[in-house]
Amino acid sequence: MATTDTALEHHVHEHDHEGDAWGGGEAPFKASYGKLMMWYFLLSDAFTFAGFLITYGALRFSSPTWPVPDFVFATDPFGISAFFGSAPLIFVTFMSFLLIISSVTMVRAVQEGHRENKNGVLIWMILTIFGGLGFLGCQAWEWTNLISGENMSLTRNTFGTHTADGYYLDHEGKKSAETFREGESYLIHRHEAGGHGESHEAGHGTAHEYKKGEQAGYMMDDQGFIHRKYVYADGPLKGQTQTEQFGPRAFGALFFFITGFHGFHVFSGVMFLLIIALNVASGVYAARKNGYEMVEKIGLYWHFVDLVWVFVFLVFYLL
Amino acid sequence: MSHLSYEESKKNVVKGLILLAVVTLIEVVISLFGKGHIIKGVHGNIIVLATCGLLIAGLSLYKAYFIVYEFMHMKYEVKGLAMSVILPMLLLVWAIIAFFQEGNAWKNRREDVQKRNAQPITPAQEGSLLSPDTYQMDWKG
Repeated sequence: MATTDTALEHHVHEHDHEGDAWGGGEAPFKASYGKLMMWYFLLSDAFTFAGFLITYGALRFSSPTWPVPDFVFATDPFGISAFFGSAPLIFVTFMSFLLIISSVTMVRAVQEGHRENKNGVLIWMILTIFGGLGFLGCQAWEWTNLISGENMSLTRNTFGTHTADGYYLDHEGKKSAETFREGESYLIHRHEAGGHGESHEAGHGTAHEYKKGEQAGYMMDDQGFIHRKYVYADGPLKGQTQTEQFGPRAFGALFFFITGFHGFHVFSGVMFLLIIALNVASGVYAARKNGYEMVEKIGLYWHFVDLVWVFVFLVFYLL
Repeated sequence: MSHLSYEESKKNVVKGLILLAVVTLIEVVISLFGKGHIIKGVHGNIIVLATCGLLIAGLSLYKAYFIVYEFMHMKYEVKGLAMSVILPMLLLVWAIIAFFQEGNAWKNRREDVQKRNAQPITPAQEGSLLSPDTYQMDWKG
């Protein structure tokens, strides 16, 4: 290094040393620069997520009714729920397990890194990547089901909730055998949509011609959604015929934004894991001889993604 | 970084996996119990629901603690680093209380507006539009 005259230049050149960027004496908190900054990045990210989740809570509190999560998220692929009768929350629990397992494989990758075991790091990182991809696949299925099967969108929430006990009317506007209880949610089906809706309407006789507009037992709106009519058996609206309304609008937007934001974190995590796994394979980190610190840093990020899911899971699915 | 031997830390990882999986399962069971899926009778009981909610939230916080301290190795970092990350999080305690309170106030206000809109309009008497606890100055014009 050339001798320099000014303090500034001296400072700049200090940072030129390969592999040891810190030139200010003892490292703060005895942590490397990269790890420290990863921690503070995660802290800021935690605030972003907390802001989203607290918004969800505030809007949920501000709404007289809210869709019941174990009704909304009772669907799953491969007919598992058909096999067990019903399987509320089972699919998302499986998703949580996937993320937990991928977190554990990441811990193993970091451990192998400390032992400078290149192949060990690589194998455990690849398993972690598969865990992340599996999670993303499940989320893709869940979104597809909500959007195309249940017609949820950013501004339309097809899940409403009853505020008292009561019973449904049939197509002719007469009392049917179908009853509901206070706090139970319902799904408003679209007429032309097949699939998910069929099982719910089985009790109505199969071949009913639905007509647009206000009918005795239901109301079909311009978009083809069938709002069924029901009567409350108690509460302040007792005895009055009601028409099913869409649920609180914010639900769809909150769900897609928050799980989407988390899913994007998982996606970028998978990308970074791929890049770093390639670097591991190329032997870059072995040459650095710093115990695979880069693997440790992406590990911090990956655990954080799991950590956020703990709270997304809590807020959206469990409460 | 780790102060444990390689074999010990390998065993700890398996323990961690089992712990997280079991806690998650317990959470799901408590949640389903609170919603009345396991015993039909508890459906809609607000006290059961609130207790279950608090329990689940507590378990989630425990999971978060475990992930940060074990998996992210916060245990082995200097105390100052741990505090500089965790203490700012306490701000969220305020945020949760404040915004949930705020959400509740929106609901009350909306219900209040609905109730007032439903009331028949009485002929122009300015005082009747104000709530009874509003202080009014005497008009001395």
